[in-house]
Amino acid sequence: MEGTAVPRRLTWDVATVTAVTRETPSVRTIGLDVPSWPGHRAGQHLDVRLTAEDGYSAERSYSIASAADDPVAITVERLDDGEVSPYLTEELRTGDQLEIRGPVGGYFVWEAADGGPLLLVGGGSGIVPLRAIVRQREHSGSDVPVRLLYSARTASELIYRDELDRRQDGVEIIYTLTREQPAGWTGYTRRVDRALLAETAWPAGKNPLAFACGPTSFVETVAEGLVALGYEPGRIKTERFGGTGGR
Amino acid sequence: MSPISRGFRRRHTVPDGAADRVPPGQYVTDGFPVLSAGPTPHTPLEEWTFSVRRGSATLKSWTWQEFQELPAETVTVDIHCVTRWSKLDTEWRGVSVDTLLDQAGHDAGYIMEFSDGGYTTNLPLADVTGGKAWVAFSYAGAPLEPEHGGPARMLVPHLYFWKSAKWVRGLELMDEDRPGFWETYGYNMYGDPWKEQRYQGD
Repeated sequence: MEGTAVPRRLTWDVATVTAVTRETPSVRTIGLDVPSWPGHRAGQHLDVRLTAEDGYSAERSYSIASAADDPVAITVERLDDGEVSPYLTEELRTGDQLEIRGPVGGYFVWEAADGGPLLLVGGGSGIVPLRAIVRQREHSGSDVPVRLLYSARTASELIYRDELDRRQDGVEIIYTLTREQPAGWTGYTRRVDRALLAETAWPAGKNPLAFACGPTSFVETVAEGLVALGYEPGRIKTERFGGTGGR
Repeated sequence: MSPISRGFRRRHTVPDGAADRVPPGQYVTDGFPVLSAGPTPHTPLEEWTFSVRRGSATLKSWTWQEFQELPAETVTVDIHCVTRWSKLDTEWRGVSVDTLLDQAGHDAGYIMEFSDGGYTTNLPLADVTGGKAWVAFSYAGAPLEPEHGGPARMLVPHLYFWKSAKWVRGLELMDEDRPGFWETYGYNMYGDPWKEQRYQGD
């Protein structure tokens, strides 16, 4: 678990919304124009600050959905009991301004030099930083082989479906829909567990680099499953969310 | 001047009488979210030790059994995570760091907490002595769950919770401050929630 220090103070900057794209009924991707953005690496996140007319403000962190050389974008899932996510997914419009600072986090990141093979395992909106990694690989011309295992409850909850279905050399996308499957579904239909990982993940002997992101119980299951399959614990990077009742 | 988000308004409320217990930028949750950078380690208790080190020297080490025989305290504290949740009135049982350092030695300006899985976090010695920090092995009256840091984790409730290392296995005494795991990745060297010291330079 070694890292490189980046001594830099993070300041709040005004970002302008360039696009709001509907990904699923409850998920939006928000494109942001940030003139002073210092650049980011795939997998990092940023902080958003909203200020109300009465001066109340709230901050939350969101995974960056874009590759390093893409314009900054975040993908946000509406949480019914949330404070910031309902506004971002339902009220925000192109041209609106909000404050952001970042990028934040330097561990759950991937650059071409980090190599692979890559195993990406996403649950629900945990796909967001993994999508940034897949795009990063494509943009950097890397030929690192990728397996992306993506679990959602229903087909309508799959984020980035069209983009993921565009075939890309060296990237295998494996879906599992755990609650409901459309007619003719050929993907998996069960929750990600050790058995499903054994069927779909790179063998440990290939010394894969794994990234898992999703709700806590999902990530816990994936990380433990991969360790049981012989993955090196130091090559399993996790990002967990959910249950905070506050995004 | 911050731009105003028209139509945005407060939804989270602070529990009655708790306004002065919630640091700026935090919201109160009843849940207990889990955040960690890698897999949850599972060290068998018969292999578990807690050590106080200085450089390459181990000043003192306790087995799980010996650790359980140390005087323990029950404390009820508020905890604050840098990801912006705070949880009020959490009840822990553990051994005060004072008790450990009284046996091992105090001669240091800073300490590094170190854990199974390679996690580390740094803080001034003065922030873990004087009744401010514990090595906790029980939460809400039950053994600490692995995903929350069991069998034992640090509890330094006056700082952001990443300073309370899960799966802790010991403390390294240091003359000078060095960044730990998250501190290397841009998080604050000290992490005072009341000053919102989230990231480097805050």
